[in-house]
Amino acid sequence: MSRATLGWIVLGWVGFALLPWYGFDRTAVPTITDYIVGGSALVHGLRGAWWLLPVLLPLLISLRPAALPTRSDNSTWLIASGLLGLGLIVLQGFTIGLNGWTLDILKALSGSNGPSQAGMGYGAALTATAFLIILCHGLAARGWCRGDAFVTSSIGIVVALIIVFVFFPVSTILASAFADNNGDFAPVEFVTKFMDKSIWGLDCLTSDLRCGVAWNTLFLGLLVAFGTTALGLAFALIATRTAFKYKKLLRVMSVLPIITPPFVIGLALILIFGRSGALSSVLWEWFGVPRSRWIYGLPGVFIAQLLAFTPIAFLVLIGVVQGISPTLEEASQTLRAKSWTTFLTVTLPLMRPGLANAFLLGFVESLADFGNPLVLGGNFEVLSTKIFFAVVGAQQDQGRAAVLSIILLAFTLGAFWLQHAWLGKKVYTTVTGKGDAGIPLPLPRRVAMASYFTAIPWALFTVAVYVIILVGAFVRSMGRDYTPTVEHFLTAFRVENTDHGFFFSGSAWDSFFATVKVAALAAPLTAAIGLLTAYLLTRQRFSGQRSFEFGTLLSFAIPGTVVGVSYILAFNVPPIEITGTGFVLVMCFVFRNMPVGVRSGIATLSQIDKSLDEASLTLGARSATTMRRVVLPLLRPAIVASLVYSFVRAMTAVSAVIFLVTAEYNMATTYIVGRVEAGEFGLAIAYSTVLIVVMLVAILAIQLAVGERRLGRRSASTSASPVAAPAIP
Amino acid sequence: MNQMTSLSSLSRSSLSKKQAASVEFRNVTKRYGDVTAVDNVSFTIEPGKLVTLLGPSGCGKTTTLRMIAGLEMASEGQILIGGRDVTHLSAADRDVSMVFQSYALFPHMSVLENVAYGPTVQGVSKKDANAMAMEKLEIIGLKGLEKRSPSELSGGQQQRVAVARALVLEPQVLLFDEPLSNLDAKLRRRVREDIRELQQSLNLTVAYVTHDQEEALAVSDRIIVMSNARIAQTGTPRELYEEPADLFVADFIGDANIVTGEVVDGAGATANVLIGGVNVQLPRRGASQGPVKLAVRPDAIMLDDAAAAPGKIMGTVKKASYLGTQVEYEVESPIGDLFVVQYGRKDPIAPGTPIAISFATQRGIAIVPGA
Repeated sequence: MSRATLGWIVLGWVGFALLPWYGFDRTAVPTITDYIVGGSALVHGLRGAWWLLPVLLPLLISLRPAALPTRSDNSTWLIASGLLGLGLIVLQGFTIGLNGWTLDILKALSGSNGPSQAGMGYGAALTATAFLIILCHGLAARGWCRGDAFVTSSIGIVVALIIVFVFFPVSTILASAFADNNGDFAPVEFVTKFMDKSIWGLDCLTSDLRCGVAWNTLFLGLLVAFGTTALGLAFALIATRTAFKYKKLLRVMSVLPIITPPFVIGLALILIFGRSGALSSVLWEWFGVPRSRWIYGLPGVFIAQLLAFTPIAFLVLIGVVQGISPTLEEASQTLRAKSWTTFLTVTLPLMRPGLANAFLLGFVESLADFGNPLVLGGNFEVLSTKIFFAVVGAQQDQGRAAVLSIILLAFTLGAFWLQHAWLGKKVYTTVTGKGDAGIPLPLPRRVAMASYFTAIPWALFTVAVYVIILVGAFVRSMGRDYTPTVEHFLTAFRVENTDHGFFFSGSAWDSFFATVKVAALAAPLTAAIGLLTAYLLTRQRFSGQRSFEFGTLLSFAIPGTVVGVSYILAFNVPPIEITGTGFVLVMCFVFRNMPVGVRSGIATLSQIDKSLDEASLTLGARSATTMRRVVLPLLRPAIVASLVYSFVRAMTAVSAVIFLVTAEYNMATTYIVGRVEAGEFGLAIAYSTVLIVVMLVAILAIQLAVGERRLGRRSASTSASPVAAPAIP
Repeated sequence: MNQMTSLSSLSRSSLSKKQAASVEFRNVTKRYGDVTAVDNVSFTIEPGKLVTLLGPSGCGKTTTLRMIAGLEMASEGQILIGGRDVTHLSAADRDVSMVFQSYALFPHMSVLENVAYGPTVQGVSKKDANAMAMEKLEIIGLKGLEKRSPSELSGGQQQRVAVARALVLEPQVLLFDEPLSNLDAKLRRRVREDIRELQQSLNLTVAYVTHDQEEALAVSDRIIVMSNARIAQTGTPRELYEEPADLFVADFIGDANIVTGEVVDGAGATANVLIGGVNVQLPRRGASQGPVKLAVRPDAIMLDDAAAAPGKIMGTVKKASYLGTQVEYEVESPIGDLFVVQYGRKDPIAPGTPIAISFATQRGIAIVPGA
């Protein structure tokens, strides 16, 4: 019986008997007695909420091992207490809702509507956590995970979080797709909704009518995937295999889109090619080319997504191209293969897994993208926007949104499955532990030419887009009035010096502060959970590890719009009623971005010799100490990567949060989207510029705060830029 | 390397406040899914002895060592250290230290921080921990290098830091996992002598894993030979070499030619064995009348390129390799192809030369029981 176990038993009691069991009633102002004792489960239970009283039983059970610490059967008691406690809390939470019994059978049995209760609060959360930890300590005492309570508790907590914030929402959305608007099981309605012509119609092949939204999405995804892969490969080849002078610039350009809110590129395209865009105006005034709306629709979305996602393909492929052992190419050349033949028969086939990865990432990103289709889509509808309008539009049809979500989810998961099935079995290891003294083969002439001709115009175009973004923020109105002004910044970020101190009167301040707050909260949480998960996956062996890994990565494969819809469906009602709070935004970001922390953690950890941990263990340090003193200091690059990534993602995400924001917690991105829809492009662009600058500053600050990893090498090998952690799921 | 000589001047009392402990395995099995890595293994390491776990890769020797450390948990059976059952204790709770194959020095800490890590995480004050660490660094001959980082040391120095770090908690049992595999051949001989000297002067119980039979023979009090997850034979180096329990041990410990012979008498401590018509007197080892397998060491075979004589087997040299101190031959003969080593002869016999084969009977030939 360790002190930690005892502490958690005490916390379990505290959560039950002292803290408020239910979340706050938003209408009433809580008094101090509500906070302590008054709102506790014990008091509620004695005052008529009888269903809370059974929870006392497992709490009492947990006292037995606490009272008799030396008994050998303590582990059994702890496990029993934890299991029973968790079971009872979940059971009462899900059977009794805001409007009485949640199951019709119970209504029929009791003959009445039954009791009602609100969503769980701090007390319930603490008690449930305590039961979970008690259970894990019990399992550790049974010898699970080499008897290491820290490891079992970590696994328990991560699994519980994934169940609550990934599996529970996803299963809710599945359930609601199969239900009619009253919540009853209706498979027929599902089939009608699923087979709807607006989803699968093929009219565009035979007539002028539009095709189904599913085909649109797939077609766009394939186009974008193909385009980004080709461009990414061209950039990667130039960056690694040629003597191109401006490679540094390529690097910078590869980072820029990552810190750019996704729809900003779409916005810039409007400012260039839109009806009153810069280029359109020039063409009209000088050459008499009529202004048109061609940018709205497939071409616009396609170009915007190409611009946005090519850097990702580049980051994936540059790693792959660098990883190809030059010796292999040299071997091919000594066997009398010409450089073109070598490229075709050795280099390219070795890049196949990288190409497939880049292709699938491009595909998945295009499917999940919400901002660009929203801004540029026009009449060209894709699944992600269609889901959004099904929820917030005139239809208010959650069932339809759920069905569309399932289709989108099936596409993405299908893509990941294909990738796994195709690449999982092949081994293309070309980086070995042996030194490789070979010199990479210079590109064959025609490949180099092809790369230059695709990459350089594209790079110029990207630069132009960013120049427009910068210029657009400082002129009155792009395309019409180029008078320099800071008016947009003033509207958004005015600070007035009044008698009562500074007053942030700019219209953007609220959303700006909310965004920074949420992002700053989410980033460390994401990094912590992600790295802990990576540690468990690489350093521990336990049964169910594969499905554990799958669970952590699942949330990454789910498109943001689907996450948004599922969070609304799952967390709008008791027992977990958290929509409208900042907490749900934070959790949403944590679980959307955690897989990147996991990936970079795994990548870094697998480079760190496992015997370092073991040496620490044999010297008497427990897992928690080992983690703190040995693993974490060596994990610094991964910490930076996941902090930066999750911070940036929380600042720039649109798709999931657009469902979850409230007046109180409006996010910067949703505010900007609102400005775009209102036609205030200048303000939107100005705000985006500020966001980009803030993110750059934050990245530098994180770098400084976490610091470099000290390996004591004489020449520290520079690791890749931290934001360049490729988001390969 | 010259500081290492200070080892001999060690006084035992300065270190061994704790008594060396025994290690006992009782029917221990370790499974990973369907794979059995260690199968029903029992042995005892007596206090203050150096015991080597020897075997080819994949035989389960490292798993056994890691089970002593608590880095792997036994699937079945009992593990006792110093008479106390530690089967379910985690590594952090066992009084055992380990020197890793890769040394596992923490790269983000200095030499001193590395060695002081053990006491520090046990809650010893930083000053005391550093003092303990300095004491061990002095023993190991690395005083003056404590501010360096591990990557600024040579391979041999890193190895000694790893030993110092393992010694700092004065563990009941010290484990070595192939500690010499990252050193060059010359350094290897020297470090293994240092380890042996340290073990004897500090009276430590040491379990030592290696796949190099020469290394095992050189340092061990006893050797446990493992093969296919089981113990093939346990014994002193001499017992293993001279009385191999089976063909595997015979072959693994110092190469052996396996030849067939025939025992011609039925009883007595020594047996009359006919090998290709030559009569040899050997310890019986439980063999009854009839055909037996014999392990013949390469240096127990004599070659004579002079004319054939009665009582000798005729053969032909197929290959000869000159190796300085010895000459190695491959010989074709009626009792099979033989691998022969001859010492102290100047001119190698040229391939193709017919030769007469005889045996040095005092040592180097053993009946392999049950084979």
